[in-house]
Amino acid sequence: MSEPVEPLPQGPPALRLHRELAAIWATGPGLQRLAAVNHSVIGMRMMITSFTFFAIAGVLGMLTRVQLATPNAAFMDPETYNQVFTMHGSMMLFLFAIPMVESFAVYLTPKILGTRDFAFPRLTAYGYWCYLFGGTILTVSLIAGVAPNSGWFMYTPLSSNVYTPGINADVWLLGVTFVEISALSLAVEIVVSILKVRAPGMSLDRMPIFGWYILVTALMMVVAFPPLILGSILLEIERAFGLPFFDPTRGGDPLLWQHLFWLFGHPDVYIIFLPMAGALSTIIPVFAGRPLVGYRAIVVAIVALAFLSFGIWVHHMFTVGIPHLALAFFSAGSAIVAAPTAVQIFAWLATLAHGKPRWSVPMLYVFGFFFIFVMGGLTGVMLAMVPFDWQAHDTYFVVAHMHYVVAGALAFPMLAAFYYWLPLLTGRTAVHRLSVPAFWLVFVGFNLTFFMMHLTGLLGMPRRIYTYQGNEGWNWLNLLSSVGGFVMTIGFALVVIDLFVQLRYGRRVRRNPWGAATLEWAMSIPPAPYAFASIPHLTRSDAIAPDDLALSLARGEGYLGFTRNGWQETLGVNMTTGEPEQLIVLPQPTYLPLFTALATAAAVLTLLFKFYLLALVVALVTAGMFVVSANRAGLARDFGPMPVGQGVNLPPHTEVAEAPAWLALICTLVADGTLFTSLLFGTFYLWIAAPNWPAAITPEPSRMLALVAVATLVVAAAAARGSLRAVATGSRARGWIGLAVLALLAAIAAAVGQIVGVAPHPREHALGATAAALLGYVALHAGIGLLFLVSNFLRIGAGFIASRRVLDLRLTRLWLDYTLVTGVIAMGLVLALPALVTMLAARP
Amino acid sequence: MLAVLPGCNGPLSTLDPSGPAGASIATLWWLMLVGAGILFALVMVLFAMVIRRPGWGSNVSPGRWIVLGGLVLPAVVLLPLVAYALIAGERLLPLPGLAPPRIEAVGRQWVWTFRYPDHDGVETRNVLHLPAGTPVDILVTSQDVIHAFWIPRFAGKIDAVPGHVNRLRIQADQPGRYAGQCNEFCGLGHAGMRFDVIVHRPEEFSDALARAAASGESERK
Repeated sequence: MSEPVEPLPQGPPALRLHRELAAIWATGPGLQRLAAVNHSVIGMRMMITSFTFFAIAGVLGMLTRVQLATPNAAFMDPETYNQVFTMHGSMMLFLFAIPMVESFAVYLTPKILGTRDFAFPRLTAYGYWCYLFGGTILTVSLIAGVAPNSGWFMYTPLSSNVYTPGINADVWLLGVTFVEISALSLAVEIVVSILKVRAPGMSLDRMPIFGWYILVTALMMVVAFPPLILGSILLEIERAFGLPFFDPTRGGDPLLWQHLFWLFGHPDVYIIFLPMAGALSTIIPVFAGRPLVGYRAIVVAIVALAFLSFGIWVHHMFTVGIPHLALAFFSAGSAIVAAPTAVQIFAWLATLAHGKPRWSVPMLYVFGFFFIFVMGGLTGVMLAMVPFDWQAHDTYFVVAHMHYVVAGALAFPMLAAFYYWLPLLTGRTAVHRLSVPAFWLVFVGFNLTFFMMHLTGLLGMPRRIYTYQGNEGWNWLNLLSSVGGFVMTIGFALVVIDLFVQLRYGRRVRRNPWGAATLEWAMSIPPAPYAFASIPHLTRSDAIAPDDLALSLARGEGYLGFTRNGWQETLGVNMTTGEPEQLIVLPQPTYLPLFTALATAAAVLTLLFKFYLLALVVALVTAGMFVVSANRAGLARDFGPMPVGQGVNLPPHTEVAEAPAWLALICTLVADGTLFTSLLFGTFYLWIAAPNWPAAITPEPSRMLALVAVATLVVAAAAARGSLRAVATGSRARGWIGLAVLALLAAIAAAVGQIVGVAPHPREHALGATAAALLGYVALHAGIGLLFLVSNFLRIGAGFIASRRVLDLRLTRLWLDYTLVTGVIAMGLVLALPALVTMLAARP
Repeated sequence: MLAVLPGCNGPLSTLDPSGPAGASIATLWWLMLVGAGILFALVMVLFAMVIRRPGWGSNVSPGRWIVLGGLVLPAVVLLPLVAYALIAGERLLPLPGLAPPRIEAVGRQWVWTFRYPDHDGVETRNVLHLPAGTPVDILVTSQDVIHAFWIPRFAGKIDAVPGHVNRLRIQADQPGRYAGQCNEFCGLGHAGMRFDVIVHRPEEFSDALARAAASGESERK
């Protein structure tokens, strides 16, 4: 797939530049492939991996259709069926949908934004490996027959160790969390890269619409994943150590899980949909032959969609017994979501109406998308109506709706995008004789399968039943759905065959075969590892003309059209204006991401098999590897401003205030803060709503220990300022760092001491369990603070931190400030618990 | 009322209601189906026109396309719909004021137990007895995992959550045999967690219940 299919650009300067850059940027052969950090390489691998999981999950879906084709089928026993449908859902969402949209983002975003790579290539690689290993753990559990079997939504108490005693639920909680952490790290990377690493001159208001979609999606991920990660951690702690966060007999509440799950689960639908809508907003204008209509309206719409999607999670919980007026609020919110979606649909229609539409295979899939997504959207509005949901909830009507909006609205734009961008990846175009029948098979099969299910559900068929009796009137509908499923599968198989035929026999195409106006076509196809031989400057006036631009960029006429010190260079820009402000020197290929991911996988496996002491050791090793990774980052001396071409001189990213790492830590803290807020929400939720409160024992937390913890955290934050000032003025900072280390150790000791004294015992009542969780959060963050300090100490010694390169110390200061703020809140809440519990006792 | 279409009836069909709540929701469904059909046809026709007749629709400005389709259309459709559904939902609620007879429904893997506090706490298993033509409040809870109580022909469902008691008001119009089922995934026996519903004439209800409890007619046949 990687040999160039067109003669390399024009003339000796371009060829020489290509050779020099390729030597620096290329991933090595053989085993060195494992050291790859390049976004094109990782993006491609991620895409292939996600399609592999799609195939596995698709086969699982087919198995359920075989089982349900006829009543009383003996094809699968209920245990097998439960594992199969649980894994079908879990793999489709966590191992296919989310990674697939991320792989699109990873592969395309830097190219569309006119830059050479993401800001943190090693993080891209780490995210990929974590995804691969986490997915593998889940797949192996399926082969071993111990796959999760409590549904992809893992409702507790069914998923608790009382009702699911085996390893099954642990595989889900640990495996999926592992994959989510990878998704989250990629999300942080994507946000920072879109904001900081673009072609100079590309201000935010002129960013290609695809960039906006991916940016909003990644921001949503940063906020949406933490509640589920928290929920998974709490449930795993309940299963492993007996802390009753969700156990109603000991002051927990199973509904808390549902809130945390759907706080993630609903935005997740938009996380999957938005990148695909981004692809549509990119493809439709190309085939309409005119720029997208309503760029600003669309940006406003997707931002509105992102906000709204976090306010309507309760529409998955209309039948749990929440008061009707509260439901009405979420019902109205869910209906309002239709507006920003309709804005996009009509902007696309208007783009086509005002252009001269061309018809081609991608447009066929765009048609499929319109048909399926509009139908799914309409049933979505129906389900948002509370009384109707009382009937349709958890029936096949919802299965139908959900597949129309998640599967259809994902699969059809995905295939449109696939046929549209494949020439970029392969330099060849698809074979129409196969693509068109493949589309119709997928389209007809999809509708046959899922349209029937609307009626099946209205006739009362619940989800997740492994069989039925045959007298309910469901037989013919289920049989048709199963037949449709097989038609659709044949269609997908034909798409895969089409792909291979294209790779082998496809017609070779020139650059920019569709006549697009985005930057990813302004490079040689397939793309070189450095993407752009030189980086374009976008001026306010001109539209992008990839064909002309490509030649000039290949000749090195943009920024950085040369090599220097063997560095992988790209440019960092001002977030909003796109003015170039720093030279970013990216890391070379390295095995560290692979080893760190292996260590992380080992930690997950030791937790899974309940070797907790070993898990602690492995977790420390993993943490150590992060310190080692950080140790090699950056530049060991001052360089000052360096020429980057076009007569511009810029300092390296190590010497500027707005380095990507700074923004990355802010994003990470936003995610972390969301997790902390979710924990506070959980604490208050249990206090207000859980059964079996108040506990028999009123807690008596130690004020002394709380005071010590807060005071030491203050000292640590102050010492971080001391070390920053010392390094900035050229004096020694080691004393300050030592002081901060001691303070953090004391804070950890105080927090742990407080945990030991928690009453009621964390295993006995959720009151104690939540207090322990809050205190554990403080101790953990103080512990991570120690890692920052160790890294600072090592890097000062190695010369990476100096008076003009103090970014590390600013990161440490920010982390310790965050630890202090959350520490004060957590300690305050723990101290306030006795009073809160007394209030509860006074309640009538 | 729309007649039951062929293929819409069945022991668990929401489209073949036999109680006021079920009927109200079925009406809502048919209304929404018609509306959704019109909207779907509208978007598909627009798509076909802009593709097949290039230039068609270009006399409407892009801004107008977006405002009409993205804002006006949803507002016109959604505001009345949300209001209608809200009122319909309020009418189905077990509002205080009326204090109908109560029956407790307790789910446990994979059995339903029904208790009748107004009839000396009689218990039946997997068979729910109801009087016809009068509202009844079902108090639903669970002893283990989450289940959901659902008699599709009478009313919507409500979850049986351990540690919580949910109240569902239902009314059966006609005496006869009906079917109910668990609607929340609850483990291995979820598919088989169904129950029979026997609706009696009001004047015969007490006797029938007593007979059922005495004869131990509690297991499903």
